[in-house]
Amino acid sequence: MSITIDQISKNFGGFQALNNVSLDIPEGQLTALLGPSGSGKTTLLRIIAGLESSDSGRILFGGDDVSQLHVRDRNIGFVFQHYALFRHLTVAENIAFGLESLPRKQRPSKPDIRQRVARLLEMIQLPELAKRYPAQLSGGQKQRVALARALATQPRILLLDEPFGALDAKVRKDLRRWLRALHDEYHFTSIFVTHDQEEALELSDQVVVMSQGKVEQVNSPTGLYARPESRFVFDFLGHVNVLAGVVKGQKLVQGDAWVSLPAVRNDQEAQLYLRPHEVQLARTPCAQAKLPLRIEAISLIGSEVRIELAPEGWQSDEIWEIGMSHAEFARQNPARGEFWYAVPGVGHLFVADSAQPRTIDWQYTEAANASSM
Amino acid sequence: MTTSAQTGVAPVRRLGRRHKRVLPGFGLSLGISLFFVSLVLLLPMTGLVVEASGMTWDQFWFTVTDPRVVESYKVTLWTALAASLFNGLFGLLLAWVLVRYEFPGKRLIDAVVDLPFALPTAVAGITLATLFSQNGWYGQWLAKAGLEVAFTPLGIVVAMAFTSIPFVVRTVQPVLEELSPADEEAAVSLGASDGRVFRKVIFPSLWPAMVTGVALSFTRSLGEFGAIIFIAGNTPYVSEVTSLMIFIRLQEYDYAAASAIAAMVLLASLILLFSINLWQGRYLRRLEGR
Repeated sequence: MSITIDQISKNFGGFQALNNVSLDIPEGQLTALLGPSGSGKTTLLRIIAGLESSDSGRILFGGDDVSQLHVRDRNIGFVFQHYALFRHLTVAENIAFGLESLPRKQRPSKPDIRQRVARLLEMIQLPELAKRYPAQLSGGQKQRVALARALATQPRILLLDEPFGALDAKVRKDLRRWLRALHDEYHFTSIFVTHDQEEALELSDQVVVMSQGKVEQVNSPTGLYARPESRFVFDFLGHVNVLAGVVKGQKLVQGDAWVSLPAVRNDQEAQLYLRPHEVQLARTPCAQAKLPLRIEAISLIGSEVRIELAPEGWQSDEIWEIGMSHAEFARQNPARGEFWYAVPGVGHLFVADSAQPRTIDWQYTEAANASSM
Repeated sequence: MTTSAQTGVAPVRRLGRRHKRVLPGFGLSLGISLFFVSLVLLLPMTGLVVEASGMTWDQFWFTVTDPRVVESYKVTLWTALAASLFNGLFGLLLAWVLVRYEFPGKRLIDAVVDLPFALPTAVAGITLATLFSQNGWYGQWLAKAGLEVAFTPLGIVVAMAFTSIPFVVRTVQPVLEELSPADEEAAVSLGASDGRVFRKVIFPSLWPAMVTGVALSFTRSLGEFGAIIFIAGNTPYVSEVTSLMIFIRLQEYDYAAASAIAAMVLLASLILLFSINLWQGRYLRRLEGR
């Protein structure tokens, strides 16, 4: 069932949580609402669920206006960050709660309910825990039970509010993968809220980036990463290296640093955004840029080597980060304290007078020459 | 071997049994607590038993099974039960209103809840007796309805309920405040009706606190004296409470008999409180997963 959010606004006292938000959530997809705290993502989710009412606007499920429908009549499954399991009920009783809440006419018989609960316990891979109480479960198990409970009545829509927020990293990763697999098997329309960009990009079919009560950008994870449409989205999706300067004679200049640019009007301020993997290191400056940096730290953990660098002779609000493969690292062998030059491959230029970035592709031609010396 | 001063490491204390606790002051605080519990609670109770033990078993049995005293047990028990059950319902409602809703005067009502504790019970008794007497503010209307409260066992119920209502409110209130709104939202999102949410989600969490509140209210009512004697009428075999019987024995300088009856009240209260603690411990253990 598709969901349409039509011009939803919501105020809490003087605080505008949502400002005229419109959005289409396609059927059968897993959509992430991504944003920092206070961006309105949870409020939007709760309005979709009917746990909160909007000041104006409409919510449509598959074309039907449900704005006036009570949460219990919307037939949604809702999963809470802190599980919200009923602690005086066993796991099986928790899962059966929704089925037993159905009006008498629709309610399955007792044996049917028992069977459905058993099937759901199989689905969450915890059949041996049916008789346990929530306090006896780990965080990951609790969230699985909460999921089974939400899915028991076969809702048209599944809504998850920071479902993995309270779990530790390892469990979170497992559960994420498991939810993705579950979703691919059952194809309910789901929306989940998260402030973790990695989670959003990994798990979802479509990411909605929100900021200050507005939708910043909607796209697939790859599309979003490749083409961020605003500074906010750029900043929010992982680390970014920034060179802020002034355009002078086909160059963006700040202190000792400069980067060559295609045709941009002179004497205006501009920022160049570079992702860690879109930059390489070289011993000497190249033809298209001179970005002197000193290596502050090297981290070998993970699939790639992360190098932190501090600008030399120019300034940056945040430290620069460059990611390179272990093979590349072994070849170049940079060490802490050394001076290197950053060679941009692809950059995204924000010029003062426009909100949309321009993507600049220098290619690594010069860099490849420089680093193979 | 280097000393601790050279290495800059604090000297390792001998890990005797006394140093295993991280929180300091266990011995001292427990000692003081036990001392005061003994001084204020256990010693007077022992005195009670010692005083009563001056009697032979037959004398004791004769005293506590005196028909007038037995009748007072009955009156006290059923009035205390009625009062505490009423308080269970009304106290829950009051706590609910105070926790769940915002309204002008909420703080005032919250403060007024404690008034029965602050008010001398005799003052409460006299006030209630005046209000509920034949021509009192409430009494005249109740009389028209054919209901007599003052100077009847019903008056005892009113006095008991009045003096012990804070127990229920103050035990239920914090539990209600701590209930996670997410639990109710979860229940509603699963399609539960309001009634079902209350029965299946809210009430099971409140239940232990409510039982405690009602039990405290009940035991307090068993021993209530000041408020009751002014409104009860104190008719033998009809509206005499056990605490009054103790008082009467004291006035007769029959300390042993007074102690004997008091011991019965004490026993009843102890049994009740113990069994509730046991039951509650088991219920709460389940919620905490032990």
